Amino acid sequence: MLKIKDLHARIDGKDILKGLTLEIAAGEVHAIMGPNGAGKSTLAQVLAGREGYEIVSGSVEYFGKDLLELAPEERAREGVFLAFQYPVEIPGVNNVYLLKAALNAIRKHRGEDELDAYAFMKVVREKMKLMQMDPSFLNRGVNEGFSGGEKKRNEIMQMAVLEPKLALLDETDSGLDIDAMKIVADGVNSLRSPERAIVMVTHYQRLLDHIVPDRVHVLADGRIVKSGDRSLALELEAHGYEWLQQAVGT
Amino acid sequence: MATNEHELEHLVSRKYKHGFFTDIESDTVPPGLNEDVIRFISAKKEEPEWLTEWRLKAYRHWLTMPVPKWAHVQYPPIDFQAISYYSAPKRPEDAPQSLDEVDPKLLETYDKLGIPLHERARLAGVAVDAVFDSVSVTTTFKEKLGEAGVIFCSFSEAVREHPELVRRYLGSVVPTRDNFYAALNSAVFTDGSFVYIPKGVRCPMELSTYFRINAANTGQFERTLIVADEGSHVSYLEGCTAPMRDENQLHAAVVELVALKDAEIKYSTVQNWYPGDEEGRGGIYNFVTKRGDCRGANSKISWTQVETGSAITWKYPSCILRGENSVGEFYSVAVANNLQQADTGTKMIHIGRNTRSTIISKGISAGRAQNAYRGLVRVLPTAEGARNFTQCDSLLIGDRCGAHTFPYIEARNPSAQIEHEATTSKIGEDQLFYCLQRGLSEEDAVNMIVNGFCKEVFRELPMEFAVEAQALLNVSLEGAVG
Repeated sequence: MLKIKDLHARIDGKDILKGLTLEIAAGEVHAIMGPNGAGKSTLAQVLAGREGYEIVSGSVEYFGKDLLELAPEERAREGVFLAFQYPVEIPGVNNVYLLKAALNAIRKHRGEDELDAYAFMKVVREKMKLMQMDPSFLNRGVNEGFSGGEKKRNEIMQMAVLEPKLALLDETDSGLDIDAMKIVADGVNSLRSPERAIVMVTHYQRLLDHIVPDRVHVLADGRIVKSGDRSLALELEAHGYEWLQQAVGT
Repeated sequence: MATNEHELEHLVSRKYKHGFFTDIESDTVPPGLNEDVIRFISAKKEEPEWLTEWRLKAYRHWLTMPVPKWAHVQYPPIDFQAISYYSAPKRPEDAPQSLDEVDPKLLETYDKLGIPLHERARLAGVAVDAVFDSVSVTTTFKEKLGEAGVIFCSFSEAVREHPELVRRYLGSVVPTRDNFYAALNSAVFTDGSFVYIPKGVRCPMELSTYFRINAANTGQFERTLIVADEGSHVSYLEGCTAPMRDENQLHAAVVELVALKDAEIKYSTVQNWYPGDEEGRGGIYNFVTKRGDCRGANSKISWTQVETGSAITWKYPSCILRGENSVGEFYSVAVANNLQQADTGTKMIHIGRNTRSTIISKGISAGRAQNAYRGLVRVLPTAEGARNFTQCDSLLIGDRCGAHTFPYIEARNPSAQIEHEATTSKIGEDQLFYCLQRGLSEEDAVNMIVNGFCKEVFRELPMEFAVEAQALLNVSLEGAVG
């Protein structure tokens, strides 16, 4: 589904990704770990199409298409979803209103009928229950006055409604207490499916206790320096990133 | 039957009036302003002596006043002797004969705003025979208002039919000497609207300029007077979301509201006059004085405005909170795009005990526009227990525009509570990217963010107006991002 080849990207003249190569197949859950400043979040932002990043070289193929050619909203409509590390507040814009506009933009792109308010609310209520969201959520502005945990739950709730093909979770575990982590993890696990790939970017391995990945990659200095299965994450936790940097000689 | 006869008479007199206007069309006054011009205007309108004198007094004072320079706007000096102060309506044969002759850009805007087809011609100034339609609408609504005892007519008609009311209240809120443009308006105003709601009456419908008799040709110096007698209630809608064709560059209107004991006036405006082209050429200068007087105890005046038009807007709808427990409110959205300049805000003058005021101002700047909020909250020593809450938010789109806030607070009673909150934000790249990442187009995303920003004001507008205002905002900011 996703083929990243030798990707180099920079921001403000600073090289962040320095030849990153990664392949992800449908149905797989990948975790990308690494020290701060390694380029984890940059990778997520570049894949989602955030402005300001310069792609120096390399390619990203998504279902055979050149992903880097697509505008951010086109990527979203093609099924790329980014759960933000810091979901932004949009005062006065209702949560449900944004989500309905998003879902219908995506449905329209797929050639499906737009959902009416009734059908839409049915979907939302179901997903809200899944994420154990407070009913007051329906009347509130986008992320307005949400706690850190509520924001993260909201991201996964949106993901559940939008049903993406490629979900990028950027530090979704940061700022979550153990109960909230459990809810978020249950939400993500319920979305695992043979048609969907999930990429989790995380600094800590604790999220992986709840969402068990098929593959774990270590990103350091803009490159994937080591890949493995679940055990790699545990090893990392036991020895720290420095161990790894020494091991691979970076 | 009786009312029908009355209607017939009314129709006949209207026709006659048309003829009358055609006659005087030939003697439009040449540009320039002097006492003779004012006497001419007053004579044409068959005004009583006292009103002529009132105008002249205003004019004489105006001559002594300097042009105000304090607003945060820039424009070349206006040559007041180059303006014609009395021009009769245009001949129908001079107007466009069909919509095919109207600027396609204007029609495109109507389309985006969803203006009904039969409305478009009237707005574009096409010489269509729309009389039937408007007469029937006018008649039905006049009947309904008449039953309630509500007076709603053109200012000229009020001077003829209800001189005692006009004389009692005209200039009682905005005196002729109030400011430069109010003085000018008092001297030369040609027409406008008059509303009187009798004691204890709740006006059975929203009064809208859409229904206004003599809607056309009220001219650049419009005068509006609304009086709500004790315990009455009225909601008045001014303006139109569609851009109106207008040949006059300078507009200096005066609006006076009087709320007696327990009365409530809600005044909503959507202003969308021509802002000029992208280089700022040819737009309207909108220098308006709007003020409401909460004269009686427990009265309430509420201003809601959505300002998207005009090259320059200079406007401070205000409330004088004289009556005990009276309430003043000001909800405003001011949009300035391209080279538009807006200096707008409000004044809340607390005189009575336990008076309360709320100010919610939302300024949006895009392009190279400058948008200023200027507000005064004054608490006099008599205003024991006065309270004010002000929230003043600015939203910038792009990095070549400006937002400015000039709050003036004068509290002369120690028990006063005044709160002022102000924020300035850019339409965040973060907010925009968030929406795009969810699949929205950039245009939809900007509209959504801007409408969210204005929500507190929009919800004060009557439902239909609010929907129109949102559409208007979207059109006004088209192309502002990216």
